[in-house]
Parts: sequence; structure tokens; C-alpha cells
Amino acid sequence: MISPRYVREVPQRYRLEASKCKSCGKINFPPRLVCPKCGKREFETIRLSDEGKILTYTIIRVGSDTFSKESPYAVAIIETKEGAKLMAMIADTALDDVSIGKKVKMVFRKIQDEGVSGLHCYGYKAIVV
Amino acid sequence: MRDVAVIGFGMTQFGELWNKSIKDIFVEAALNAIENAGVDHIDSMYVGAMSSGLFVGQEHLAAVMADYLGMAPVPATRVESACASGGMSFRQAYLDVASGNSDIVLAGGVEKMNDGADVTAALATAADQEYEVYNGITFPGLYAMIANAHMNEYKTTREQLAAVAVKNHQNGFNNPNAQFRSKITVDTVLNSTLVADPLHLLDCSPVTDGGAAVILCPLDMAKKLTDTPVKIISSSQASDTISLYERESFTTLRSVTKAAEKAYKQANLQPADIDLAEVHDCFTISEIVVSEDLGFFDKGCGGSAVEEGKTAIEGGEIPINTSGGLKSKGHPVGATGIAQVIEIYEQLTGQAGKRQVKDAHIGLAQNMGGSGASCTINILEAL
Repeated sequence: MISPRYVREVPQRYRLEASKCKSCGKINFPPRLVCPKCGKREFETIRLSDEGKILTYTIIRVGSDTFSKESPYAVAIIETKEGAKLMAMIADTALDDVSIGKKVKMVFRKIQDEGVSGLHCYGYKAIVV
Repeated sequence: MRDVAVIGFGMTQFGELWNKSIKDIFVEAALNAIENAGVDHIDSMYVGAMSSGLFVGQEHLAAVMADYLGMAPVPATRVESACASGGMSFRQAYLDVASGNSDIVLAGGVEKMNDGADVTAALATAADQEYEVYNGITFPGLYAMIANAHMNEYKTTREQLAAVAVKNHQNGFNNPNAQFRSKITVDTVLNSTLVADPLHLLDCSPVTDGGAAVILCPLDMAKKLTDTPVKIISSSQASDTISLYERESFTTLRSVTKAAEKAYKQANLQPADIDLAEVHDCFTISEIVVSEDLGFFDKGCGGSAVEEGKTAIEGGEIPINTSGGLKSKGHPVGATGIAQVIEIYEQLTGQAGKRQVKDAHIGLAQNMGGSGASCTINILEAL
């Protein structure tokens, strides 16, 4: 059984779907009902590129209970090729290789196990290239 | 709008209060405030609390507190804005009195964080659950990202971050209500365990139980009740994106700059007119960023300012966090904003003991929620 809360976010987590404002061109990730830049409400659905770069990052040494077994791990704010921004965990990369300005490639990965049932939840992570 | 004054305050010890429930903590602080103000009743009350539901499983908190304070049936309202809940509670009480709706109002805040909850997860609910927290970020992690960006952009150093903690522990050493009354050095900070690079344990405010309350009333009434009324000359508030990643800048907090603009305008003041400030140092980097965004220092110069002693009580241009700040005094989330106002009140009425800033007439309290998605600024003046 997959939770409705999880399913609602699948287009963003599996396919990096964002909404581009038809009025001002701002790309919103995740999509919104109102564009925060111009206030208009018409959007075009686009898929973000899997190429991006690190704007800032940290290495989490103390995670919440959900992620405590993964520590230490890096999390970064990434700007994609089209100028959208998102937050993602860094995968398959030595922690010393994570720094501001590094190029990354977005990949599909398991993110966490939800709740006591341990439901597998997937999404995007980034690999430093 | 009527002029409004603060006429009394009360708080509990901040720390790990194992033998006290959230009710005990709030009621103790509120009773102290009522007694200190010398009033025989209150017309309404506000309770700032971030997450009593997650920390102790209790919602409907304002009614609980009015009941246990013996004040039911007064109107009681809970105010929540994550770590800014206390400051927002104060602002709502201010508006309640200023509007003429109520005369004597209690603004309180409380958090009971040491009762077995997953504190890291509870605090993380102040960030976006689906797009930040889902991907493994924590609150120390969000501020660590701000720190890395600030260090990259302005060459702020690790030692400058540590200097914030050293100063605030020095101040908190002289605060009898502080959680940590221990002096530390830059080396103590840098040798403490890493929590989220580049932030070490001693860059982070602690997990704290505590309550705080102040009493507000119209200025005209205050002058009859006390010889030392403190006037609220400005109260402002602003918001920003909930997610850090959506911001144009990671080194400027727009909610702080916007709230500051409004606050200075309302009080007809410049940053240089402020004699002391309590700012939201949930992490060392946030004090540096906020001291810039409040206009005390140029952008990028907050780190060198603290290192050069410009924010110290002795010889500083603008003493910051004379109470010890969230770092040393402790950070019971919902109580923090009220405790900041209490420090300003004590300073402006000459009750700050060894922490006393000389000739303190105007003080500013800045309280913010999450990674800066909400901020409130309140400026007080001694009459």
C-alpha cells in the first residue's frame, strides 16, 4: 500500500516535473497554484534537466531518526541547467569531493523508508561528476 | 492605535527541567510576570509555542494554559511561527492592546523539548516537509548551508563563527537563568563534534525546556502602575519562502531586511540609534547574517565585527545577545522570543546586573522562524 501523500509528489520525485509560468517564465519546483514572482496562475509543465551545479551544501553528521543510519551524508542546493533550484542528497560521491560550484547529475534513487511499515520512498539524488 | 508599554516580566530557569511539565513551566513564568507587573487580573493572553503536539503530544495549548493559570475564561490564543512563536505572541499582544481591544495582556511562550520526542525531526517541521526534510536536511544542516555560502561569498572564517559562541557564553555566564553558564574558547568550539559541516556542536543552540512571559498595557495606564515603563516604539513582521533553496540569496535573510525596514521606519530610527540587540542566534552563523541584515554592519562584515569585539558588552559598538543568546541562555523554541524581550526590558530598566549595558535607552529584539521564512522585530524604549 502506497500512501496518498507520497503518490501526490511522484511527478516531481520521479520525473523532476516543474511548472513554468506562462506570464513571467519563472520555473517553480515543485509546481504551485500561484506564481510567487508575478501572481499569475497559468503554467506549462516542464521536466528539469538532469544536469546542474552545487550552489551550497552541508554534510549531515547527525540526522533525524529516519536518516540516522545514513550519516554522514551530504545534502546540497542545486541549480539545474534551466535555472531552477532544488535540494537533494548527494550520492555515490566521496564527501571530500562535494563543494560549491561542482557539477552534478541528477539520478533516481531510494530516499527513505516511511513509517513503521518501512514503505520504500523514491526520488532524486545528485552525483558529483 | 494606542501607545503600549511593557510593565513586568517573568521566566523560568532555562535548561533540562525534568521534574516540570509544560503546564508547570508556563504557569511559573506567567505567575512571575503577573506578580512582577503588580496587576490583579489580565484581559487576554497569548501563548507562543512551536510544536507542543510533537514534543509532548498536547495541542489546544492556550486553553490548557489559561485553565492551569486559573485565568479561564479570559480569551487565550496560541501563536505559532516555528522558532519565532514567542516574538509573534508578543506582537499579537501588542496589537491587542494598541487596537484598544484589551487593556492588560499577557504575552507568553513555552516549549518542553526534553520529554522523549525526536527533537531533530520535530524542529525540522519548520522547513518544507516534502522538498527539504524528505531529502534528509536538518535545521543545523540548513544553517550550515547558509554558513558555507557566507564563507564562500565573503571569506567569513570558522574562527569568526566560533567567536559568536565564545561571546554569547561569556554573556550567559552572568545570566542566572541561562542553561549553559560556562565560558568557552574558540578552540572549545572547533574541537567540539561536527553536527553539520561547517557547524560544530558549540555553534548550535541547545535543546531546552523553559517558559517566559511579559505583561503589556496602554502607556497611559503603565505610567500609573510603574515608575519604569518601557514603551514599545516599533513592532514589525515579514515572511519569505519556506524553502531555503528557493531564495535568490542564501546569505541575506529577506524576512529580516523587510521587517527591519518597517521597524526602523515606524520608530523613525536608524540602526546606529539602537543601544543593544537580542538577535536569533539559533546557530552562530545566524547572528552574523542577522547583524548584517539589521544594518548594524555592512554585508559580509558581520564575522569580522564579532571577532573585533564590536558586539561585546564591554567596549562594543552595539552589544548583541547580552543575555547569552539562544546559544548560551538556551532555546526553548516558543519561549525564546519572549525571553529576548525580557532581556531588553531588564537592560532598559537597569536590572541586568553584571550584563548591564551602560546608557541603554533603546533595545531591539529580532526573532525568526525556520531558516528565515518568518521574522518579527520589536523595538523598546526606556522612558
